[in-house]
Amino acid sequence: MDEPPMDTAMTTLQINGYVPSRLDPRRAAELRPEVEHFNIEYCAVLDSGQVEDWPRFFTEDCIYRITARENAQLGLPVGLVYAEGRMMLQDRAVAIARTQMFAPRTMVHILGPARVLAEEGTDILAQCNFILLQTLVEGPTTLHLAGTYYDRLRRTAEGLLLQERQVIYESSIIANDLVYPV
Amino acid sequence: MYKNQEVLDYTVSSKDAPADQYTWPKEGDYVIPDWVYTSQSVYDREVERIFKGKTWNFVALEAEIPSPGDYKRSYVGPIPVVVTRAEDGSIHVFENRCAHRGAEFCRTPMGNAREFVCPYHQWSYDLKGNLQGIPFKRGVNKQGGMPRDFRNEDHGLLKLRVTTRHGVVFASYSSEVEPIEEYLTPEILKDFDVVFPGKPLKILGYYKNELPCNWKMYHENLKDPYHATLLHSFLVVFGLLVAGNESAMIADPVHYRHGTMASAKKDDKYASVSPETKKEMRSFHDGLRLLDDRFLDFVKEFDSPWSVTMQTIWPNLVVQREMNTLGVRHIVPNGPHSLLMIWTMFGYEDDTPEMVRHRLRQGNLMGPAGFLGLEDNEAMKFVQEGVRRSSTDLNIVKLDADNIGTSNSLISEAAIRGMYRYYRSVMGF
Repeated sequence: MDEPPMDTAMTTLQINGYVPSRLDPRRAAELRPEVEHFNIEYCAVLDSGQVEDWPRFFTEDCIYRITARENAQLGLPVGLVYAEGRMMLQDRAVAIARTQMFAPRTMVHILGPARVLAEEGTDILAQCNFILLQTLVEGPTTLHLAGTYYDRLRRTAEGLLLQERQVIYESSIIANDLVYPV
Repeated sequence: MYKNQEVLDYTVSSKDAPADQYTWPKEGDYVIPDWVYTSQSVYDREVERIFKGKTWNFVALEAEIPSPGDYKRSYVGPIPVVVTRAEDGSIHVFENRCAHRGAEFCRTPMGNAREFVCPYHQWSYDLKGNLQGIPFKRGVNKQGGMPRDFRNEDHGLLKLRVTTRHGVVFASYSSEVEPIEEYLTPEILKDFDVVFPGKPLKILGYYKNELPCNWKMYHENLKDPYHATLLHSFLVVFGLLVAGNESAMIADPVHYRHGTMASAKKDDKYASVSPETKKEMRSFHDGLRLLDDRFLDFVKEFDSPWSVTMQTIWPNLVVQREMNTLGVRHIVPNGPHSLLMIWTMFGYEDDTPEMVRHRLRQGNLMGPAGFLGLEDNEAMKFVQEGVRRSSTDLNIVKLDADNIGTSNSLISEAAIRGMYRYYRSVMGF
């Protein structure tokens, strides 16, 4: 299918302000468990530390970006992580799992309910709030990020996959660094 | 935030003594005592003598405030300031503290305004920081109000000196600091002007993070070419920077306070590494390759022998040119154990959309989630924790011992020694 055009902020989605759901509530309720199942599995993989298994949730030519709310508001395209295509995600996963130096830590994602906004052909547009907790050795569990997933999910032969995930975090100052994907 | 979430959050008392109780160890240039990183009193002296001293502090890029009325919150050292562009196009920097009762009145990161009004009692200031209006200055019904001799012009915001170089804005508390070109020195200006040739910049976005380490460690890390091939396993694993690459560590020849860490990438994406070099680098893996290596492409857009230059501009700026990823990092010291880092990533107005995307892809190397960036942050956190709580108290900087300042070898600490020689002269140690 034809890709929706990317704007200068490197997204096909509206990542700011309130976007009313275009779906009939019954249709939204039908899709919600499917989207939530997807999100729960996605986070379960990350929380278990199996980062090399994470790229399989994306399409071959996906967009994945993590950026601050401030950039989203200003329409600025930079990403803390900015990846075009599953291969770039795979490279990042391998780099983190096998080559990077960082203190050991565990991550826990807490998800809010999925908002289902629209169906566009084989795509589902959805959002979901998250809290990301981080625990370091001999450190307290801290609230590392809070934010929203802005998603374009696509029905494919391999099931539902992310064609685009914009991770917009509210936390204006990152505590030192962000090691694992969100 | 990080700072207040520490569990083991204390400094041994011998490392947190008054600055006048410390003398530099007898080994001189070759050691750094832990207390420069841990003493609150030493930190306080740094704010007075360095950030408020005879230095130019980075505050903004002109591209962030292109039009009259544009403003931006910023910092000089840890001190909050506002950077503005007035109606006549001139740039002004003043402290973000109302002259009346001290409120930090400017709360928005950036925007456009005709004046600043403190929300507490609505004292108003023009874009140059002059006090304009005081509500009920003459009182009500001839009662109250300011004394007759109160003059608005004596009660403006605290204003700093301002200078610019090719779109980069600096401010100073000092009336004696030399002109910016002289301050930077020709040796440093050379690579600074490669990134800032004077053509219009295009802001691509911001990162902000808190590093739980002393602000000087960030300078040292970028005056320490030794770590680059050892810590940064990503560079090493993929053979991107190895000890044999052409490189230089350039220090300004006047004070050794500024530096340029430079390297030239080979034309091949993946370097070949000799067996003896390989032996020294534990993390090298032969044969590991990226699936999508577009982000390592180097578009030769600069007239420079270097593909990478990391410049440390004393006391609070890093200019990053990592191939085609450009950015400035603004160091905001936050007590002895913490710094706030504000990254402004940019390209040029005349970039094609494809060039913008290339810069964004390459941006994965740097920043708080960057393949290189996150390792630096982790390492500096480890050092701060180490120096705060340990019983020993000296750091050793003896590599390339005959040299000070500039060095042609990556296996050198000459630039760090140079920086501390200058630091000691300013700080009286």
